[in-house]
Amino acid sequence: MTGFTMSPFRSLALAALGALVLVAEPGNSKAWADDTSIAVAANFTEPAKEIAQLFEDKTGHPVLLSFGSTGQFYIQIKQEAPFAVLLAADGETPKKMVDEGLAMANSRFTYAVGRLVLWGKNPKVPAGEAVLKSGAFEKLAVANPALAPYGAAGLETLHKLGVYEALAPKLVQGNNIAQTFEFVSSGNADLGFVALSQVITKAEGQYWLVPASLYSPIFQDAVLLHKGAEDPVAKAFLEFLRGPEALKVIEKYGYGTASAG
Amino acid sequence: MLVQSIGLTLQLATLTTLILLVVGTPIAWWLARSTAWWKEAVATVVALPLVLPPTVLGFYLLLLLGPQGPGGWLAELWGGHSLAFTFQGLVIGSVLYSMPFVVQPIRNAFEAIGDRPLEVAATLRAGPFDRFFTVALPLARRGFLTGAVLGFAHTVGEFGVVLMIGGSIPGQTRVLSVAIYDYVETGDWGTAHLLAGGMLAFSFVVILTMMMLEKRIGRAGS
Repeated sequence: MTGFTMSPFRSLALAALGALVLVAEPGNSKAWADDTSIAVAANFTEPAKEIAQLFEDKTGHPVLLSFGSTGQFYIQIKQEAPFAVLLAADGETPKKMVDEGLAMANSRFTYAVGRLVLWGKNPKVPAGEAVLKSGAFEKLAVANPALAPYGAAGLETLHKLGVYEALAPKLVQGNNIAQTFEFVSSGNADLGFVALSQVITKAEGQYWLVPASLYSPIFQDAVLLHKGAEDPVAKAFLEFLRGPEALKVIEKYGYGTASAG
Repeated sequence: MLVQSIGLTLQLATLTTLILLVVGTPIAWWLARSTAWWKEAVATVVALPLVLPPTVLGFYLLLLLGPQGPGGWLAELWGGHSLAFTFQGLVIGSVLYSMPFVVQPIRNAFEAIGDRPLEVAATLRAGPFDRFFTVALPLARRGFLTGAVLGFAHTVGEFGVVLMIGGSIPGQTRVLSVAIYDYVETGDWGTAHLLAGGMLAFSFVVILTMMMLEKRIGRAGS
C-alpha cells in the first residue's frame, strides 16, 4: 500500500538525479551555444521553415527555429533565453526590446505585413461578417490577445463591428495562433481568427479576409537580439530574410511586404 | 478573477474525486479480486496516465470530445456539437487523468484485506453486498482516504490536459494552473507569485496531512 505512494517519490528523486547529470555534462551546453536559434511568431511557422531551408541550402548553415507567441518570447528572452533573432508578429514588441536593451538598436525592420482572416470548416457556418453579426455559431477561437498580435487584431475587429459584447461568451482562447488554428482544425470551434498564411495553402474550410479597415495593420518586425549580436549566422539570416528569395516565400503565404504597405 | 479560478479549480477537483470514488471503487474491487488472466491489461490501461505526456491525452481528448467523436454526439443532447472548452469536458479529462491515483491505492487496500475476513463474514451468512459494505469498505478506509486525497490534489495540479482542451475561458475552464501560466506569460508576476505560492503551500499541507493521517489510521487499523 505504501509501495504505491512511495514509488512516485522515489522515481522523482531518480529523475532529479538524471537531470543533474545532464546539466553537468559539459558537451551538452556547448552544442546548444553553437547553433543559431531563432524565435518565430507562430503565424510565420510555414514560411520560416521554407526560408530556413533555403538559407541552409545557400549558406550551409542550419538554424534552429522555435515557434510561439510573440508575448511568450518576450518574457522568455527577458529571462535570457538563448535566441539570436526574433521574428515577431508585431512592431511594438521588437521596439520595446530595443528600448530595454534586449535587442540591437539598428537591426529592426518589417519583414512582413500580416493579414487576418476568419476561418471555419463547418459548412453550416460560412465565415464572414454576416455570421459574426448574427452570432449563429457555438465557439469562436481567438489567440490570447495579451500575447498574440493576431488575437488582439481579432478582438479589435469584433469591437469595430460592434459585436464584441454579444460574442464574448462564445470566445475560446488559444495560447498562440497555432493553437487557435488547431481548435478550428479539430472541429471543436466553428470559427477562428487566424493568419492568412496558415490557411492560404490549405484546401480545407473557407476563410473570410478581414478588411484592413477593421484592425490596425500588423507590421511584423524582425530584430537581432542581444545574444545574437556577435553571431554572423544570425546577421546573415536577417540579411537573407530581406532578400528576393525570402520575399518570394513571404508573398506566397499571403503576406504584404513593407514596400507594398 | 482570482476567486473565480480558485472556485472553479476546487469545483473541478471535488466533482472529479467524487466521480472517481464511485467509478473507481468497482474497478479497484474487480482488479483486487478477479482471477481473469487479462486483468493486468486493464490495470495497465488505468495506469497509463501516469506515464503518458499530458499532450497525448490532450490530443486524443480533443478528438474524442469534438464533433467527430462521442463527446460531440453527447453535446448534441443539449444543442452543442463539442465538449471541448466546456466544464463537462474538463471533468471527463480529469477523471481519466487522475484515475490511477484513486484506483491504485483502493485496489491495494482491497488486496491487503485478503480472503480471510470475507470468508469469515460469509460463514456468518453475510451476502456478497453485505460483505462488501460492512467488511471490505471499512477495512479499506485507508486506501480510500489516500485515493481521495491524491485524486483531488492531482486534479488541482492538472495543467497540460486543461491547456489543450480548455481554451482558458474564465469561469468555465480557466483553472488555477492555467491562470498561473497566463499570468507568467503576460508578465504579471505579482499575481503569479501569489497564486504559485498558494499552490505550493496547499500541496505541502495536503501531502503532510495525508502522511500524518495514514500513520494514525494505520496504527488504529492494525
